[in-house]
Amino acid sequence: MSKIESITSLHLDVLKEIGNIGAAHAATSLSSLLNRKIDMRVPKVEMVSFNDMMELVGGAETVVVGIYLRIEGDAQGSMFFILPIERADQFIQSLINDDLFSFSKNQVSELGLSAMQELGNILSGSYLSALSDFSGMKLYPTVPGLSVDMFGAIISTGLIEISEVSDQVIVINTSIFEEGFTNRNEVDGHFFLLPDPDSFMNIFKTLGVS
Amino acid sequence: MIQSSTSQVIKVGIAQMDVVKMPDTIRTSGLGSCVGVVLYDETKKIAGLVHVMLPDSSLARTETINEAKFANTGIRALVEKLKLAGVQPFRLKAKIAGGAQMFKFATDNDSMRIGPRNVEAVKKELSKNNIPLIAEDTGGNSGRTIEFNPESSQLMIRTVNQGVNEI
Repeated sequence: MSKIESITSLHLDVLKEIGNIGAAHAATSLSSLLNRKIDMRVPKVEMVSFNDMMELVGGAETVVVGIYLRIEGDAQGSMFFILPIERADQFIQSLINDDLFSFSKNQVSELGLSAMQELGNILSGSYLSALSDFSGMKLYPTVPGLSVDMFGAIISTGLIEISEVSDQVIVINTSIFEEGFTNRNEVDGHFFLLPDPDSFMNIFKTLGVS
Repeated sequence: MIQSSTSQVIKVGIAQMDVVKMPDTIRTSGLGSCVGVVLYDETKKIAGLVHVMLPDSSLARTETINEAKFANTGIRALVEKLKLAGVQPFRLKAKIAGGAQMFKFATDNDSMRIGPRNVEAVKKELSKNNIPLIAEDTGGNSGRTIEFNPESSQLMIRTVNQGVNEI
């Protein structure tokens, strides 16, 4: 607990850099997969309460497509890739060449689900391998799980581990968007990296800022 | 006397609790593996809701704990809060919802099974406190938003795929 509270702005900068490197690689992967220009925003690193966490994508009830995986190895944590339904629909439509595909249908096609799973796999893989190359840490991600549901229900899965130690969470939040869209405030997807509280010291030590 | 129609919906966040009296209702959103526990007194039309994340306070690795986060301490604390609102504990009944498993994994990581463990722990604590469990909607792999109306003692449950249900 005291560990979380002793984090300085230098530490936050390091975490920001982690988000930067990871998401930049993931955005590049997504770009080449979809053949669209995907860009990313400056990462945000915040310490938030569980309830504030829910507000990061518009409330606990917002329905999203969520990819979740656990990270084991030199650092442990949870990682999410969250997409608004409409955007996930577009991505998958172009991946499987099916304009009618939608996650909001009652029976979502198996092909679309497995394409989404694979998309999650590729993006989280490029995020984490970039992070691993940069830090020298060995990171072993689990196979990502997929859920189309309320954001609160999805993200709380990643808060369980943290909730044993704290009522707050440090979240490395990077958002990506498609270039050329008129609405500059529109965000297409979020990467949330939630390191387990016990892992921070290890991350900082490895990166030389302990 | 004209009854005021300005009933409010009291919102309870994750690892929080609150108590309401008719005509107000009480609600919590986006339950995944967490469990929403409603304790209510049918005659007094008073109800409390706690949104628990973890089964047992022994899991806490902190010096001070947030009682509402754990099934065991959360239910006990909610009973105390209801007593302060004038409810006699022996009149309390319970309805619960949540405890889903949002993601399926091949790993046997214990935190993946947290939903069912939360439900078990809630039931154990309810029976310890002699509070009858009247209805439940637990397990599965869908998120739930729930709202309890102390006037009708009905618990409304909304999921993304199955719409709205009442228990």
